[in-house]
Amino acid sequence: MLKYTEEHEWLNVEGDIATIGITQHAATQLGDLVFVELPKIGASLKKGAAAAVVESVKTASDVYAPLDGSVVEINQPVADDPTIISADPLGRGWLYKLRVANLADLDGFLDEAAYANLIA
Amino acid sequence: MSADELSKSPLKRTPLYDAHVEAGARMVPFAGYEMPVQYSLGIIAEHTWTRNHASLFDISHMGQAVVTAADGKHETVARALEALVPADIVELVPGQQRYSQLLNASGGVIDDLMVTRPEESDESGRLILVLNASRKDIDIEHIARQLCEGTRIESCPDLALLALQGPKSGDVLEPICPDSRKLAFMQATRTQIAGCDCFVSRSGYTGEDGFEISVGASDAVTLWRALLANDEVRPCGLGARDSLRLEAGLCLYGHELDETISPVEAGLTWSIPKRRRTGGFPGAERILGEISASPARTRVGLHFIGRAPAREGAKILSKMGDEIGVVTSGGYSPTLKQPIALAYVPPEYASADTPLTVIVRGEPLDAKVVPLPFVPHRYRRA
Repeated sequence: MLKYTEEHEWLNVEGDIATIGITQHAATQLGDLVFVELPKIGASLKKGAAAAVVESVKTASDVYAPLDGSVVEINQPVADDPTIISADPLGRGWLYKLRVANLADLDGFLDEAAYANLIA
Repeated sequence: MSADELSKSPLKRTPLYDAHVEAGARMVPFAGYEMPVQYSLGIIAEHTWTRNHASLFDISHMGQAVVTAADGKHETVARALEALVPADIVELVPGQQRYSQLLNASGGVIDDLMVTRPEESDESGRLILVLNASRKDIDIEHIARQLCEGTRIESCPDLALLALQGPKSGDVLEPICPDSRKLAFMQATRTQIAGCDCFVSRSGYTGEDGFEISVGASDAVTLWRALLANDEVRPCGLGARDSLRLEAGLCLYGHELDETISPVEAGLTWSIPKRRRTGGFPGAERILGEISASPARTRVGLHFIGRAPAREGAKILSKMGDEIGVVTSGGYSPTLKQPIALAYVPPEYASADTPLTVIVRGEPLDAKVVPLPFVPHRYRRA
């Protein structure tokens, strides 16, 4: 099930692997993306730390890790062509996959309705 | 991602606010105003449209003011302003415009501004100023305090300002404003467009041919719609205005210019003509010294080997590892399709092709100095 953070990331957890990206709202707000920096495979991430950077024409924005874990896969096509994120942020525009350190941490994220309410 | 920090103070709106919202603009706080940062197509599309067609910008947040001499003489008002700026104002011919800088006592830039001598004889003894939005209150107070007796400054809050920019600007304006045909770059005239009284100058801040049109606030929407009626014209936001001026290598106040930076350091020595190089303006000692010797730092353009943009504040190292400067504006160039930046470095690192290192998020990026502008200017010279 898709979950959301208040910092405009989404995560989709299957087993102990979370696929992470930015929300449609965030992609719309950022506008044209021109550069993406993804974490390195194997990197150990702490919840709340900057995991990736998405840059629009004007600004660089950090994408924070929503959970502790280690990076198991990155979406190289979006690094080569950041416009994929703008075009399909919840699909082909995913950023990286994290092996979640503690599945108990999965509580407390927003569901779709709560996130929709947040950005309304 | 962090949420935008919205200013708590009430934001002002230009007379075109409703027109922007209607056109699908995303409005953001800028210099105390709610301004369109982009419309629905986005910054890159707007930027590219401006380079190939014509774009219409609302720049009504900028300051407009008039300096007048009680005796009605150009020389009186020009000499008064020359005590504050290093440009040649006295020799401005009617209808001519100049770019200059308001200077503090140490030669730093209080603001950069456009100064225009109106063409019409009944406006002799008047100079028209366009000031940066973020500095206009400071500027007007400064000028009011410094002007000599017999001259005064008045701000013109009842005027709007539109910029029509791009290679098709002349073709767009001519049918509805035949007077625009006679204007070359940095010339201005009073005329009418769509029944509105306007003050039109052939100028802008995108590197393209174009016009800035001052109009009464109550006529702003009429003029906006009249210009957008041409299919060659699209509304364009402040996001693209910034990327366009960056490609054009033009200074932006608060980034390339501030009260510590001199016009010589900023690469604006061209705007200080020979006649003024004997002094008679604030900070002359420093500025003339920097012209004859060399300033401590100088503004350069940077290209990067990689694709990561370096942003304002990024530190610059020499290849020996010494910290030598800082990026003042950095971003992505939609025309060149690569990151570009403006920066200050000591003159010995300022020649073209000098290899430098820029630190972005802790990582060293390879960069090199390139000549400015990044994208050639296409002004319509006389």
